[in-house]
Amino acid sequence: MTGLAPPAVRVRPATGSTGGRSGSIGWMALPALTIFVAFGVVPLAGVLLLSFTRWDGIGAIHPAGLDSWRTVLTDPGLPHALWVTFLVMALSWAFQTPMSLLMGVFLAGRQRYREILAIVYVVPLLLSSAALAITYKALLDPNFGLGAGLGFSFLAQDWLGRGTLALGVVVFVVSWQFIPFHALIYQGGVRQIPVALYEAAQIDGAGRLRQFFSITLPQLKYTIITSSTLMVVGSLTFFDLIFVLTEGGPGDATRVLALDMYKRGFQANLMGPASAIAVILVLVGLALALLLRRLGGRDASASQQEGM
Amino acid sequence: MATLTTDTGRAADAPTGQGPRGRARGAGIGRFNWPGGLAGWVWLVIVVVPLYWIVITSLKERSSYYAQNPLAPPSDPTLENYRLVIESEFARYLTNSIIVTVGSVVPAVLVSFMAAYAIVRASAGSRFLRWTNVLFLMGLAIPLQATIIPVYLIIIRLQMYDTLLAIILPSIAFAVPLSVLVLANFIRDVPKELFESMRMDGATEWRTLWHLAFPLTRPALVTVSIYNGLSIWNGFLLPLILTQSPEQRTLPLALWTFQGEYGVNVPAVLASVVLATLPILVLYALGRRQLLSGLTLGFGK
Repeated sequence: MTGLAPPAVRVRPATGSTGGRSGSIGWMALPALTIFVAFGVVPLAGVLLLSFTRWDGIGAIHPAGLDSWRTVLTDPGLPHALWVTFLVMALSWAFQTPMSLLMGVFLAGRQRYREILAIVYVVPLLLSSAALAITYKALLDPNFGLGAGLGFSFLAQDWLGRGTLALGVVVFVVSWQFIPFHALIYQGGVRQIPVALYEAAQIDGAGRLRQFFSITLPQLKYTIITSSTLMVVGSLTFFDLIFVLTEGGPGDATRVLALDMYKRGFQANLMGPASAIAVILVLVGLALALLLRRLGGRDASASQQEGM
Repeated sequence: MATLTTDTGRAADAPTGQGPRGRARGAGIGRFNWPGGLAGWVWLVIVVVPLYWIVITSLKERSSYYAQNPLAPPSDPTLENYRLVIESEFARYLTNSIIVTVGSVVPAVLVSFMAAYAIVRASAGSRFLRWTNVLFLMGLAIPLQATIIPVYLIIIRLQMYDTLLAIILPSIAFAVPLSVLVLANFIRDVPKELFESMRMDGATEWRTLWHLAFPLTRPALVTVSIYNGLSIWNGFLLPLILTQSPEQRTLPLALWTFQGEYGVNVPAVLASVVLATLPILVLYALGRRQLLSGLTLGFGK
């Protein structure tokens, strides 16, 4: 979950009420700026440069013009990786959003037992992706896993050995970890909806379902955008989980972009093409972030209570 | 896991219906929300079963694991698996993880705090600070893994490959943008009069930073530290790429290699999962609310 664009980026200019001395504290930002430039900005520029070179990861770096781009763009592996990345993104969004919305609304109730449910839900978030992947690998083992042990044949499939199933497992494990996170976001959103809206609706005779679709959902618009942005942009970063769980397999069935980059760069020692993939990854991430912003309407300060 | 059980105990005598508090603020939901409730309880089972399975299996003997019903509690629980994991250099990996996490979070939060303070206090009068802020905001959109190849190159050229510092430096860099953003939003909420009165008293900006802004933004500092700490503690990509020797492994990487070596010994593998997660679970038990707010970084507020 690193490097996600948060929803409401406030760039409010500070009020310079402190007078003339203020400019002299610029140095306080220097340490943060230095390290961020060295290990964030420079690598970002570097990855673009490296995509025009040939490098095996150890020896010297040779300029290679457009070679890597030609390799990458003509390789059928790229559309496949993009497709798998899209599938993981879309499926995990489509599964997580309704579930976390339902659970968020449910958790917004103030009953004590719901708080306890929330305590338990969060535990998967504390596990590292590596721990999670290892656990599910053992759990889903067709011979020694849970399904085999319980004697349920439908659970004892070769989950990670068949392409579509493996993709489904990835989506499930991601959801298992992150649905509670999004449910908590929705819980917060629901709690901010003015009760007066529901009271007015009740007086008007609106039923529960009607209230949900006419009040809760529209009022949660910005929460839904926040949560969706986090899901979609975050899904580009499922490297560790997929790496440990399936290593992109079986075959190339779960080879998402990030994994494609790793395999080309650090396993096949082709840093040029790997850098080209990384550039594509950055572009996809940026495009998605911008798209979601557009969808959400740029004016985040518009009243969420229109129609009141 | 200790809090979970005690909390369940307390829940027994808590009112389960809508209390007066619930009615006033419960988003207008008067009756039971069946679809939500169903999803909530089903999800509880989905979450609890694997967690339960991890814990009981880690206490089973290897032989009985294959023979027994996987969801039955161990007939004679053993700590043998834990002994095996601990003897496989667990302490070293734990130490490495602690060094990397603390060594990244503390500097990251401190430099971010200073930067956030400068940006809030002076960016109106300083073009440099405005640009710095814009750069950090753009940094939020950079996915860490996309820059990993140049980071690897830089680390090699700095002769830092296969050291813990190689993990720490990029971790700090990638923690900075979000930390600055969150901290700046908090510092903005500090009443201006307080800054003014500090200035009247003749305090320098440096003194104001540590004696006024620092204590007042402590909740945000904790939140940001937890968020960064958790993602660095669980980080896999940087250790995978920037280290090589077993002596420099952090816990997630060690888990992965342990599974490679002992893959067939499922109880031992799961014991390693439990041990690697235990420190975080203890923290969760100690400061659940703070950890939750750290996890969601205020998104859920």
